[in-house]
Amino acid sequence: MKTDRVPSLDPTRVDIGSGVNSGLLIPFPVRYHLNPINQRRWQQFQANRRGWWSLWLFMMLFVASLGAELIANDRPILVSYQGDWYWPVFTDYSETRFGGDLEIAADYRDPYLADLIRQGDGWMLWPPIRYHYKTINYALPTPAPSAPTADNWLGTDDQGRDVAARLIYGFRISVLFGLALTLLSSVIGVMAGAVQGFFGGITDLLFQRFIEIWNGLPVLYLLIILASVVEPTFAWLLGLMLLFSWTALVGVVRAEFLRARNFDYVRAARALGVGDLTIMVRHVLPNAMVATFTFMPFILTSSITTLTSLDFLGFGLPVGSPSLGELLAQGKNNLQAPWLGITAFVVLGVMLSLLIFVGEAARDAFDPRKQGIKP
Amino acid sequence: MSTPLLEVRDLAVDFGDAPTVRDVSFTLDRGETLALVGESGSGKSVTALSILQLLPYPTARHPGGSILFEGQELIGAPEQRLTEVRGDRIGMIFQEPMTSLNPLHTVERQIGETLLIHRGMDTHAARARILELLDLVGIRNPEQRLRSYPHQLSGGQRQRVMIAMALANEPDLLIADEPTTALDVTIQQQILELLSDLRERLGMALLLISHDLGIVRRMADRVAVMQGGRIVEQASNTDLFTQPQHLYTRELLDAEPRGRQEPIPETAPEVLTGRNIRVWFPIQRGLLRRTVGHIKAVDGIDIDVRAGETIGVVGESGSGKTTLGLALLRLIDSQGAIHLDGENLRQVHKTALRRLRKSMQIVFQDPFASLNPRFSIGQVIAEGLRVHAPNLTAAELDARIGNALTEVGLDPDSRNRYPHEFSGGQRQRIAIARALVLEPRLLILDEPTSALDRSVQSQIVDLLRALQRRHRLAYLFISHDLKIVRALANRIIVMRDGQVVEQGSVEDIFTRPTQEYTQRLINAAWFSA
Repeated sequence: MKTDRVPSLDPTRVDIGSGVNSGLLIPFPVRYHLNPINQRRWQQFQANRRGWWSLWLFMMLFVASLGAELIANDRPILVSYQGDWYWPVFTDYSETRFGGDLEIAADYRDPYLADLIRQGDGWMLWPPIRYHYKTINYALPTPAPSAPTADNWLGTDDQGRDVAARLIYGFRISVLFGLALTLLSSVIGVMAGAVQGFFGGITDLLFQRFIEIWNGLPVLYLLIILASVVEPTFAWLLGLMLLFSWTALVGVVRAEFLRARNFDYVRAARALGVGDLTIMVRHVLPNAMVATFTFMPFILTSSITTLTSLDFLGFGLPVGSPSLGELLAQGKNNLQAPWLGITAFVVLGVMLSLLIFVGEAARDAFDPRKQGIKP
Repeated sequence: MSTPLLEVRDLAVDFGDAPTVRDVSFTLDRGETLALVGESGSGKSVTALSILQLLPYPTARHPGGSILFEGQELIGAPEQRLTEVRGDRIGMIFQEPMTSLNPLHTVERQIGETLLIHRGMDTHAARARILELLDLVGIRNPEQRLRSYPHQLSGGQRQRVMIAMALANEPDLLIADEPTTALDVTIQQQILELLSDLRERLGMALLLISHDLGIVRRMADRVAVMQGGRIVEQASNTDLFTQPQHLYTRELLDAEPRGRQEPIPETAPEVLTGRNIRVWFPIQRGLLRRTVGHIKAVDGIDIDVRAGETIGVVGESGSGKTTLGLALLRLIDSQGAIHLDGENLRQVHKTALRRLRKSMQIVFQDPFASLNPRFSIGQVIAEGLRVHAPNLTAAELDARIGNALTEVGLDPDSRNRYPHEFSGGQRQRIAIARALVLEPRLLILDEPTSALDRSVQSQIVDLLRALQRRHRLAYLFISHDLKIVRALANRIIVMRDGQVVEQGSVEDIFTRPTQEYTQRLINAAWFSA
């Protein structure tokens, strides 16, 4: 039963930091412990088992993909050669280091180099997948795209690159892009919404009309036009999409600020002579954060989806980047190679579902009506 | 002997694991009025809601007891049986008329719904009945009101619509949960008269829930006093008020604000003067938002407050009392000259105004809303000090917070606790401490006691009086409760529609009111308590 989960609100256990008083914004001591409200939210989050497991699973996948270079790479993690240790993952070595003839970067997948190292009493520790996302497998049994084999677990794409490797890197870039976009657009959106809601009146009116016009711009066309002018990079795309995605949160934050600026405790703070900025940050912002945090997982999923669809259409990340959207497009163009489409679909489906489940749990956590009914 | 209409025997209610109501037993016969009195949190409303089985089950449970309505058990009765009883045999009026009416339904639909469900009336028959009901509860021009939405009605009218809804099917029992608490004193009187009149005419039983002993004394045949989820005393009206047995009942009866304000010396300096204060909100119409007129919330008010003096500002809600207070503090835009200690608040720069705020502070009506729930008590009180005395060391700051808490009668060690751990009265003390720690000269008290129980009210009044004496504070005391104003104020301003109706010393206003409006306010105050 829900009420059983409500944590004890023992007041004596709530620590607040010491009364250190310094800094510009008249800061209050930072609280390092979760206050009772947040403790309850955390428990509420855990109470949603699906969301809780989804968070764990997603975090595991994400952390793993952060170390993609150690999982899928065309160079070994560790090479022992003539008693010395080398770390090819982190450093480039030339072939001559291992007794080769040419001053070129070592190609560890080359049987010639493997022989050299073996002759020098050496061994190589390979990642589980011996392909980088750029690595082209020239020794394919069938013309690319080739079906899954013991070597290429999920087959290769139409240029002979290992799908599993591209997937891991693609997952990482999608999530990183999504996180960056979510974070930046939340920060801008919260600030814009805060200013609108708190000051209201003409500021609010002008800002809102501006946002309405801004939202009316056809984003996709703009991206397509710009993509034909400049070669889009990660940062470019991020900036471009940020231009239009920051408006997502403005509405809710503005509403919260409009509501909260007439709270008695905000009035009281004003009567105490506290400045506008301090009131906004300290008294009103926490109210808006609930709406913000509830929305963020959903903004994250939509950011990822946007990037994927741009990649799918061919207006996304530069050619050759590992991307789920590009894999999806390949699947569409090579229906005879179903592993491409199925893989991309499953990964996208799992990733987005996990994020939605996490978002649902977060929504539960911030839902005041779920916190038991007080008599 | 016939079975009573309603018999509650050893009722117990738990919320989760917390026992909320225990051993509540009473009976109610046809045509009888029983009042449940007690302070907030004593379990009155929970008892009333369990009769209709309207508690949030399964969070709420009944570990024991029975509720017999005409001999039939209601606890655990099937939903179908309950819906037959609810709204048909037992009607209920809730405290807050704004939130108990659906804002999207017209009056006709609100009342018609219950007729449709229980009587199966068609639109035509229902309309005739609705008109009859609206007429019964004293709504003028009922035909026009049929199409009104709740927001188009005044508080009193909304409560009348609520009563009409509850009466629609001529119930045998009417449960009225604080039916007048949210209303103005003058309207309270009308609603109560309406209720007792209807009870006589329709022969209903009435279960009246109230914290206001004045109302209970006037309305009830028998009274049950509740404390901490139990009935501590049950007696007939006359017995209870003349010979209260239980200690708690006596406390409740004694909890009237007492005392009179001492006169202040003629030489006391003026702290705040306001001349011709006006707050007009423009009414804009049409495409170009032309200003066609103004709502005159405050319209040309002159006011002087001297050190150690209390000015009471009284009037019905909507008379502009609170707006006046906010305007004097320059928390909202206004016209007219305001001087604080000789400094013109209208001409000072924004930063200087913030400095001056140290000398003028405000305490709001609702102690639950005026404290940021995310701040500990220490942080709440420290906030002003951090602005006005930024150079205090941590130890000095701590000492000032401790002093402020001691001064308002709270434990200084409670500074690390959060507002939700305190009762309404304690929170109001915290709000006072927050204002006092800045050592202001003027304190504007905006209905500081109206959200509190009577006994707590008198404690706050005593506290305010003591603080005023100690610090020679000037008070602007805004209230609709004339009893408290009488106990605290030196002079009184009676406001209506933004204007001063009458002003003068407490004695003059209360003994020789010249205006009919003032007379009405005074009558209503002494009627209801």
